[in-house]
Amino acid sequence: MEFGPILRALLRNKLGIILIAVQIAFTMTVIVNAIYIINQRGELMSRPSGTDENNLFYIRSIGFGQNFNEETTVADDLARLRQTPGIVDATVINTVPVSNSGSSSAFLLEPGELASSVPSAIYYADHRSLNTMGLELVAGVDFTEADVLIRESSSNANADTVIITQALAEQLFPEGAQAAIGQVVYTPSDQAVRIIGVVRQLQAPWPLWEDIENSAIFPEIVIDGASLYLIRTEPGEQDRLMPMVEEMLGASNEQRILRQLRTMADTREESYRIDSVMTRILSIVIATLIFITAMGIVGLAVFSINRRRKQIGTRRALGATQGSILRHFLVENAIISGFGVLGGAVLTIAFNMFLVQTFNMPRIDWYYIPAGMLALLLVGQLAVVGPSRAASRITPALATRSV
Amino acid sequence: MFIYYVRLALLSYRRNPILSSLMVLAVAIGIGAYMVIFTLNYFMGGDPIPHKSSQLYHIQLDYGNPAFPDFDPPPQLTYIDTMALLDLTTDYPRTATSKFVGVVEPENQEIRPFSVSGRGNFSDFFTMFDIPFQYGSGWDRSADEGRQQVIVLSQELNEQLFGGADSVGETVHLHGYNFTVVGVLDNWTPVPKFYDVNNGPFDPIEEAYIPWHLIVSLRLDRAGNTNCWQAPEGDGFQAFLNAECAWIQFWVELQDRNAYEDYLNFINSYAAEQKSFGRLQQPVDKRLFDVNEWMIEQEVLPDETRILSALAAMLLAVCLLNTVGLLLSKFLGKAPEIGVRQALGAHKGSLFIQHVIEAGFIGALGGVLGLGVAALGLEGIKILMGDMIVSDWMHLNLTVVLVTIALAIVSTVIAGLYPIWRACNINPAIHLKLQ
Repeated sequence: MEFGPILRALLRNKLGIILIAVQIAFTMTVIVNAIYIINQRGELMSRPSGTDENNLFYIRSIGFGQNFNEETTVADDLARLRQTPGIVDATVINTVPVSNSGSSSAFLLEPGELASSVPSAIYYADHRSLNTMGLELVAGVDFTEADVLIRESSSNANADTVIITQALAEQLFPEGAQAAIGQVVYTPSDQAVRIIGVVRQLQAPWPLWEDIENSAIFPEIVIDGASLYLIRTEPGEQDRLMPMVEEMLGASNEQRILRQLRTMADTREESYRIDSVMTRILSIVIATLIFITAMGIVGLAVFSINRRRKQIGTRRALGATQGSILRHFLVENAIISGFGVLGGAVLTIAFNMFLVQTFNMPRIDWYYIPAGMLALLLVGQLAVVGPSRAASRITPALATRSV
Repeated sequence: MFIYYVRLALLSYRRNPILSSLMVLAVAIGIGAYMVIFTLNYFMGGDPIPHKSSQLYHIQLDYGNPAFPDFDPPPQLTYIDTMALLDLTTDYPRTATSKFVGVVEPENQEIRPFSVSGRGNFSDFFTMFDIPFQYGSGWDRSADEGRQQVIVLSQELNEQLFGGADSVGETVHLHGYNFTVVGVLDNWTPVPKFYDVNNGPFDPIEEAYIPWHLIVSLRLDRAGNTNCWQAPEGDGFQAFLNAECAWIQFWVELQDRNAYEDYLNFINSYAAEQKSFGRLQQPVDKRLFDVNEWMIEQEVLPDETRILSALAAMLLAVCLLNTVGLLLSKFLGKAPEIGVRQALGAHKGSLFIQHVIEAGFIGALGGVLGLGVAALGLEGIKILMGDMIVSDWMHLNLTVVLVTIALAIVSTVIAGLYPIWRACNINPAIHLKLQ
């Protein structure tokens, strides 16, 4: 093929080539890293919490006035909720998974052994919490009503039984979930608690926490002025039941206000909103960049073809076919883009290293680089097809005209 | 002459409308995207209280337990240290502050009781942070010490409770107690919410402010971060107060270098003394942070904006490279015209100016269009973020508008320098021959 002449013709306009190549390199850097960030955020967002999220909603009840008795109110509310047709189960809990707010502590294998402590999110909920959240027990047993401790928020004496997640169990006892059952572990204040059950999964409330799979549920109802009810409905019943529950609880006790009637799905959406916003912004950036770069390539191609109309005409007059003219410009573009994507590969990796170092992000997978290079080569070829075809249709007669 | 060159630029634009529009569009998108991120950084990472930021200091103490691996010192203070510092820091304006939630029962029976987010703080809080008042004012130090039940309302809460009227002297029933209104805040949206960055740096301000001691003495429901590194000894509220649990922010105003040195000595010797008692065992690098240092230490600017800044800079680079390439082609394509002008006696200098103006003209158009792109982009981000952060501040201000247009013109002209130089160095003879 006429590689040599194409290259020599190209070298007559070095700056033009450098400009497009650098532009392609930057475009590739942004696009490949943006796609990598999008995929990463997507992975974060798609992790399951372990709960039956689609059928869970919650509502917060805050008591006021001197006559308000939180303990009886909670018992009364839970009884009402559990009797309501369409509601599978309900529990009173300190916080909602994935809600970004909650409590954390640690478990120790020996009292005082802080150095070997394993961090964990702490949920305080009553004995119906597993069924309400839809958690799957993989070893041991569920709580019974007798396990439940009712305490003031200022008291830090915990219940003496706990159910933990499989991930936490395996960190404490490498032999696995079954080995954890019946074991006694300690809180940082050296209180002994016995592990009675292990659930497959229950995420901590903080999406960005590195120990997100470590959670523990204590069978406790904390009396602190506000109660959070987590409610699981039959599939499809949520929309009907939410306003009904608010009305029912409101009518049953006037000495309180009800707040935050929300679905777990909304909570997840909000907790991950920054990630979905980031994803959308980056998608727009990618589309814009491809458009700009492609248009730039088209513009430059049109110009360089117009400047060479006479030469093209001469080549045609000397016997070059339309196909070979078309090929000339496609190959020319491939050479320029080739330089661009080579530079782009280096720049992409450099920028990714910056991201990894500055923001603690995992390193990019190797296949992003060749995929990005191919994609940009393709964009270049597609952009230049139109102008090249126009060039191939220049008539040989043009060679004989002077202007 | 200038007008003539602008007309030439316009003519030249019309000669290659598609190519020229492409350049304008590239500049607009590059500059617009960059401006969106610039605006976010300008506010989110900016100095929230420029005239005082180097006088206001947040205190951090040597908290943590050396036995806990990787324990970051919590950015707040314990009750014990707060009480000690309050007693020892009376010479300087200072405030301890923390959040609470409470139920307000309006006098008007038609309004249902509702819950408000509140803040306990000291009288100096309002003057230290230059908080504007619509009615009344804050309370004085005697109200702090006397634990007087006074309250300052946000503009919004005042609207809700008193229809926006001057409510100074009125009573608010909060958490079962009566509080007397002493002031109503004017509209105030610090971005970031620098005085409390560890409970949501872009959250709205609190709705009610009361003397801080009341949180403890009236047993209000505390809100916000609480971080313990040692379990309380014993049970009950007093045990919690005495425990190594950090939940209070402490700010002090040090107006000059002397005050700073003086206070630094004081806080260092306090820490040393406590250490000798067996507390404060985990040393920190720094105990006094001014506002900007604190914003950086607490990483207020989200990673996302920082990543987007880098990407926006590259996007701008691509757009400018695009423009350089297109300008180069365009100017080279004008070679015959330039040849004619040179032959007719145009100086290189005037050719240069002509092309600078042509490039600047494209830049200016791109800049103006870029403003539209930026406004649209910010509006889009506002919609995407929804109610997650306070976004009233998210708009183009005059600085940003001027920076945008200047950046567009300057960068296009710089981008165009090489093409301009090439255009001015065309040998007229070649092109004249062809005519």
